[in-house]
Amino acid sequence: MRVSFTVNGRRHEADDVWEGESLLFVLRERLGLPGSKNACEQGECGSCTVRLDGEVVCACLVAAGQAQGREVRTVEGLADGAGPPGGLAPIQQAFVDAGAVQCGFCTPGLLVTADALLERQPSPSDADIREALSGNLCRCTGYEKILDAVRLAAARSAAGAAPTAPGPEAPPAPRSEPEPGE
Amino acid sequence: MEFLRPADWTEALAAKAAHPSAVPIAGGTDVMVEINFGLRRPDALIDLNRIVELREWEVGADTVRLGAAVPYSRIIDELPTELPGLALAAHTVGSPQIRNRGGVGGNLGAASPAGDSHPPLLAAGAEVEVASVRGTRRIPVEEFYTGVKRNALAPDELIRCVHIKRADGPQQFSKVGTRNAMVIAVCAFGLALHPATRTVGTGLGSVAPTPVRAGAAERFLEQALDEAGLWDSGGVVPPAVAGKFADLVVAAANPIDDVRGTAGYRRHALAVLARRTLDWVWDEYRGKEWGRACA
Ligand SMILES: Cc1cc2nc3c(=O)[nH]c(=O)nc-3n(C[C@H](O)[C@H](O)[C@H](O)COP(=O)(O)OP(=O)(O)OC[C@H]3O[C@@H](n4cnc5c(N)ncnc54)[C@H](O)[C@@H]3O)c2cc1C
Ligand code: FES
Ligand code: FES
Repeated sequence: MRVSFTVNGRRHEADDVWEGESLLFVLRERLGLPGSKNACEQGECGSCTVRLDGEVVCACLVAAGQAQGREVRTVEGLADGAGPPGGLAPIQQAFVDAGAVQCGFCTPGLLVTADALLERQPSPSDADIREALSGNLCRCTGYEKILDAVRLAAARSAAGAAPTAPGPEAPPAPRSEPEPGE
Repeated sequence: MEFLRPADWTEALAAKAAHPSAVPIAGGTDVMVEINFGLRRPDALIDLNRIVELREWEVGADTVRLGAAVPYSRIIDELPTELPGLALAAHTVGSPQIRNRGGVGGNLGAASPAGDSHPPLLAAGAEVEVASVRGTRRIPVEEFYTGVKRNALAPDELIRCVHIKRADGPQQFSKVGTRNAMVIAVCAFGLALHPATRTVGTGLGSVAPTPVRAGAAERFLEQALDEAGLWDSGGVVPPAVAGKFADLVVAAANPIDDVRGTAGYRRHALAVLARRTLDWVWDEYRGKEWGRACA
């Protein structure tokens, strides 16, 4: 069957899609978007996380036909509109700076999930972060650096937002950024 | 394989009547796992995502009409007051990604004894509304589960919604598993107090071939609370009453040994959950004075 939907703002069409095929397979194997990773194909690891009409979902559990006419955002689209072409989205830069990437296999899913969290809750508590990321497994980092990265992105966006909020009431920029690297 | 995309409920019923062996797919969090692993190769899938009615809920005077495909994340956000037991259970399902897709209709369709919707539905009191081109019927939820992963649906029927009694008192849900997220219940227990009728409801998960109520435990507790005048006084439930209640809950279970736990462990844990949730709901009842006469 033919399936067409929007990915990162661009209309895509895939032909000869098998009816039982997942959205993840279509993204990776038919549309040339291998950013979303395939690790478990059973919803357990979150490495395939994408946004489907804004909601974070496991692309491995969405039937391709269910995406017909819908809007999908993948890790490839995170940096769109975030500074110069080829640049990184703030959450991506935070992962790099906090040392939250080791083998990198879990990273795309975590980035999409963390980005959605910060969009909904710009200053999440640690409990909020843990809860939001509870469907994303990482076998390398032990998670601490990932939590650091999300805190860093939140702190930077609060600091970045401050100067554009004029007037004496503007809050001081927080100085809570953890040291990058170690 | 065919992929059928009914645009509305009438089309969906017609599609199911024309293809009784077709597998409905809502959130896909059960169906897609089976397809990805080659465990299931249906002739056709019927996508329910386009059917708006299935994603709606409505609060009535006594019941909530919950569309079959309202995802868990929306139950948690939108219905915590009307359906507190179900909202608590929904919060323990999988992960945010799973809760954004999966819902009660799929949980009922899968009818796993470990499904987390079942204990709170049994405890609160619920009827499953199913329909086909032949008409609509309502099935009390305790009659909906007919065996391990089996339910009362006829081949041409679909689940439209669940009518769940609105909470008229405290409700609790508790589940045993190896971690907080992404856990299939080793055992689970739901408890609801109904002060208006001075009754209680229970639901047991993962401890029998189907989700079950513990009827004898419910009758015992109702009688004990009544005889001691505790609904009115809001006094403490005596430990002997809580202990007997827990024993009767365990007596309703018929657990097995499997990779997640032994039957013996399940019985032990279930007794703990029964006592603990009784403590929680009774504390809340006493604190909030839910419909209590002489406060
Ligand atoms: C990683 C992971 C973790 C999970 N954790 C939990 C958990 O903690 N607790 C838990 O209870 N479950 C869990 N599940 C299982 C699953 O998420 C739930 O059973 C969920 O409620 C299924 O809903 P769905 O809409 O995704 O169902 P689907 O997969 O779309 O369908 C499930 C079944 O119901 C049928 N069906 C769906 N809708 C209808 C309808 N309207 N009428 C008739 N039949 C219908 C389908 O044909 C299928 O047989 C987990 C699954 C995964 C992948
Ligand atoms: S590949 Fe989808 S959750 Fe693991
Ligand atoms: S960095 Fe290797 S799995 Fe997370």
